[in-house]
Amino acid sequence: MKIMTCPVNGPRAISEFVYGGELRNTPDPNTVDDVPWSDYVFNRDSTPGVKLEWWCHTPSGVWFIAERDTATDTIQRTFLFQAGQPS
Amino acid sequence: MFTRHDRLKTSYDVVIIGGGGHGLAAAYYLARDHGIRNIAVLEKGYLGGGNTARNTTIIRSNYLTPEGVQFYDESVRLWQDLSQDFDLNLFYSTRGHFTLAHTDAALRTMRWRAEVNKHFGIASEVVDRKAVQDAIPMIDLTCAGHAPIVGALYHAPGAIARHDAVAWGYGRGADRRGVELHQNTEVFGIELENGESGPAVTAVSTNRGRIATRKVLCAVAGATPRLLNMVGLRSPIFVHPLQAMVSEPVKAWLDPIIVSASLHVYVSQSARGELVMGASLDPYELHSTRSTLDFAESLAAHMLDLFPFLADVKVNRQWAGMADMTPDFAPIMGVTPVRGFYLDSGWGTWGFKATPVCGKTMSHTVARDEAHPLIRAFSFDRFARYALTGEKGAASVGH
Repeated sequence: MKIMTCPVNGPRAISEFVYGGELRNTPDPNTVDDVPWSDYVFNRDSTPGVKLEWWCHTPSGVWFIAERDTATDTIQRTFLFQAGQPS
Repeated sequence: MFTRHDRLKTSYDVVIIGGGGHGLAAAYYLARDHGIRNIAVLEKGYLGGGNTARNTTIIRSNYLTPEGVQFYDESVRLWQDLSQDFDLNLFYSTRGHFTLAHTDAALRTMRWRAEVNKHFGIASEVVDRKAVQDAIPMIDLTCAGHAPIVGALYHAPGAIARHDAVAWGYGRGADRRGVELHQNTEVFGIELENGESGPAVTAVSTNRGRIATRKVLCAVAGATPRLLNMVGLRSPIFVHPLQAMVSEPVKAWLDPIIVSASLHVYVSQSARGELVMGASLDPYELHSTRSTLDFAESLAAHMLDLFPFLADVKVNRQWAGMADMTPDFAPIMGVTPVRGFYLDSGWGTWGFKATPVCGKTMSHTVARDEAHPLIRAFSFDRFARYALTGEKGAASVGH
């Protein structure tokens, strides 16, 4: 079983976690035009590489960030999100 | 079976990236129906070794949207004649296809699908649990008591075919008409020029040299985002592995194809007696074809809910493909904002059954530089227009 480390609960089986997609900046919905908004809503950077992603430890409901290589599935680090962080 | 070419030429009229079923089918129809024969098909591995070899070979047309239904119906029609066309046995076997409903909500979607299907003249009907029991006497209709079957969507034309033969048949047909098939040829970059109407394709660079060309067809399934990156396009495609497995061969007992969306199972029995089984996508992005024990364990558990008597049957092999998924579960096909760059992608979980119609429609699109009418609803720009083609309700299993 693959193991992921929750920043709050420590190492747990991957089956306890849910993937929440890549960490991205939301454009201001009040000022953004339709086309850039559609880019935000639909488009993804799906080339393989090291990415920052949202994950959730479902038994405890902890959302956090994982830095993971999407080519090799190696998790490099996990940490709690802090506002203002680069995405 | 195929002509070997020692080197690439310096230019081609069309370069097709991806030597799977889709790329080879497009090459075949370009040469046969459109008179374009100066074509190179570039394959970084071997012919038909990607998702063409990694799917569960189910062919059906009982989709949900009118656009999807017409498109897949044309594909099913083309499948019927392919063995004749190729002079090669595809082992095309019409079995009938049951999508099991375990809830009233699932039955409601099936009623909707059946009505759309019938409107377009496709054999598709909602049947009760007795019909399921009659067709598959070995099934446990209660599913171990926790997901009782309430009915099913039955699609008589549902079929399976031999996947390798499809790639070989299209490949051989293209090869005989002068198309060059280059295996072990990987694309490193696509060169563009800035024309009056935006960027346009001028060349492709590979591990075996540079090729000048004005037309590139990208048919690379799970590698699509990497190719799009080369031409500076962003898309909604996300890549998750899709796993499958086969059992040891057993005596023939399962004639139809069985799908259960709620239990995340689809299964058919091959001509060799193996049970070919698939499930839902892996739950997160990954660009790899690794297999997991979690997958085999959960799929086996759900198989036993349906067919408890299989408890002693062994699993022979498991594998994975990289599925290129879209948010609305319809493909992305046709022209792109880059002139001369044509896309056949977003095939996620149902590319195999669409192989012939993709070849037909993409060859038309490449030859005439405009999308074939059957694929207009699958255009690259539909997301920027918020005009999606919602096909998720016809996915074989819930994702």
